Amino acid sequence: MKELSLGELGRRLLHLIVSLFILLCVTFVIGRVMPTDPVGAIVGELADPKAYEAMRVRLGLDLPLYQQFFVYVWGLLHGDMGTAILTGNAVTKDLSQAFPATLELATLAVLISTLVGVPLGLAAGLFRDSAIDKFARVFALVGHSIPVFWFGIVGLVIFYAGLNLVGGPGRVDVFYEGLIEPTTGLMLVDTLLEGETDIFWNALSHIILPACILAYMAMAYITRMTRAFTLEQLNQDYVIAARAKGVGPVRTVISHVLPNIAVQLITVLAISYGNLLEGAVVTEIVFSWPGIGQYMTNALMIGDMNAILAATIIVGFVFMLLNFVADIAYALLDPRTREAAR
Amino acid sequence: MSNIAQDDAIIRPPAIGTRIWNSTSRILHKLADEPLGMMGFIILAILVVVAIFAPLIAPYDPAAQTLSDALQPPSFAHLAGTDEFGRDIFSRLVHGTRITIQTVLSVSVIVGPIGLVIGVVAGFFGGRTDAILMRATDIVLSFPSLILALAFAAALGAGLGTAIVAISLTAWPPIARLARAEALVVRNADYVAAARLYGASPLRILFLYIAPMCIPSVIVRLTLNMAGIILTAASLGFLGLGAQPPLPEWGAMISSGRKFMLDYWWVAVMPGLAILLTSLAFNIAGDTLRDLLDPRHARS
Repeated sequence: MKELSLGELGRRLLHLIVSLFILLCVTFVIGRVMPTDPVGAIVGELADPKAYEAMRVRLGLDLPLYQQFFVYVWGLLHGDMGTAILTGNAVTKDLSQAFPATLELATLAVLISTLVGVPLGLAAGLFRDSAIDKFARVFALVGHSIPVFWFGIVGLVIFYAGLNLVGGPGRVDVFYEGLIEPTTGLMLVDTLLEGETDIFWNALSHIILPACILAYMAMAYITRMTRAFTLEQLNQDYVIAARAKGVGPVRTVISHVLPNIAVQLITVLAISYGNLLEGAVVTEIVFSWPGIGQYMTNALMIGDMNAILAATIIVGFVFMLLNFVADIAYALLDPRTREAAR
Repeated sequence: MSNIAQDDAIIRPPAIGTRIWNSTSRILHKLADEPLGMMGFIILAILVVVAIFAPLIAPYDPAAQTLSDALQPPSFAHLAGTDEFGRDIFSRLVHGTRITIQTVLSVSVIVGPIGLVIGVVAGFFGGRTDAILMRATDIVLSFPSLILALAFAAALGAGLGTAIVAISLTAWPPIARLARAEALVVRNADYVAAARLYGASPLRILFLYIAPMCIPSVIVRLTLNMAGIILTAASLGFLGLGAQPPLPEWGAMISSGRKFMLDYWWVAVMPGLAILLTSLAFNIAGDTLRDLLDPRHARS
């Protein structure tokens, strides 16, 4: 078990920064090899060459590549990611509106998948080869294999069109649209802050299906890992001693196994969270969810470079940050390393 | 020199073909005790057969439009119904197997050698080479792969070829890591030391003595990755960045069926079932293969 010294922390931080820098380089290169013509997209194909040239200069595309890269990074550091062709707004502004929607969806999904996945994994590990273990295995296998966007469509057909149990696509019903002032941008929080319980329940009925669909994706991984961790602990001497003493299975899990696998679980959850943000991209299309994923896909359709790259950077950054947090949490929370640091 | 070449042949490990054949037959014997794993392999075998003989199996031309038959529900005439142009969905699914298998194989053929070379070079030379290569691998591994594949596919222009390249660009790191771990073990083997004594050059040792030993585990890892590749490819197709219409790519079929999903569910649901079945089969097959080959993972 590695101790989290200051040097180790610095090394990981450096790793994160290098990764981020390379992400910037990659997105920049992608932006330059992109065959769509950003100038043409703004001025139109029939524009006169002078206007075209003027726009090219305005966008800074006449500078040498390394200078363009410098301008690009400089702008990023100042929160300037250019203007989105699609909306005419600054990309930063669009993203600050879209990101909370994705965050809300992914957060609810990670909560659901934890609440179901961890107990299921524990039970599967504890009652190995029983019916519940077999169920968990099949459940996880299907979760690994199912195309999430298709599952969303099936869910909509059954629960919205067929049974009318949940709200349809979008964050709220159309007639509630725009009634809530985005304070945090999280619909469920904002409606409660304003005391609009009707809209809260409506928003909940809209988010619950995409969140469950997305959660299933992560649940497969969480269940599998929890089961593996549990099995590992059950073979430890202290558990065997406890059981020999007559401790029942439920108590074994709650007071012995769970505290010991908590640290590993946190790492798994952080990684799942990152994957969920990514999975949200495809899910959002199906549910017309106005988050980063939908924003990015709309931008892809018209070749809006600024918007695509900015969305890639934001998702990439959060993804890497979560991985970093998972690493640190592991080293920080493990009682063995904590003891060593004292 | 001919003398050395002959000795060289004596100490060389058994040919790849022989070793792959030996391990395959060993696996087949063990597989007989694993009914679920067997199912996975049988489904995969059927899919390959379907892909090869698609024109013979499909009852209709996948591109033939019969507008009078548009959006027919599943029936005996049309096993999976028809789409908005009156095309037989079952026939399109059958032809779509070709695209799926082709994508999976192409990605594996690109990613396998790249990962193998990077991993083996890193593991064999060690030191600074190792540090640089593995850091690069870690960095690509910490990228969100679907998002990056999206950005790549968008940059290179939509199409099946670019989807394959985009997926490959983000899929090699796990292979490289595995090959490195294998190379670290193999480079200390006696026969490698013997080859070195005979004066074999580092490159010769690398490609004739070490790399071949890593190939079987790389192949297993590739099988394990295939389900993920199918899902990513389908996602790209769904987003309009993979194979273009009228090609019967499964993800793209779901995307066009989405418009009618509330009234004509089968148009979007059927291709999804095909994707689910295929990636399920790859996952089961991969899991079984790993259980059989890696005693540490064995469930007992």
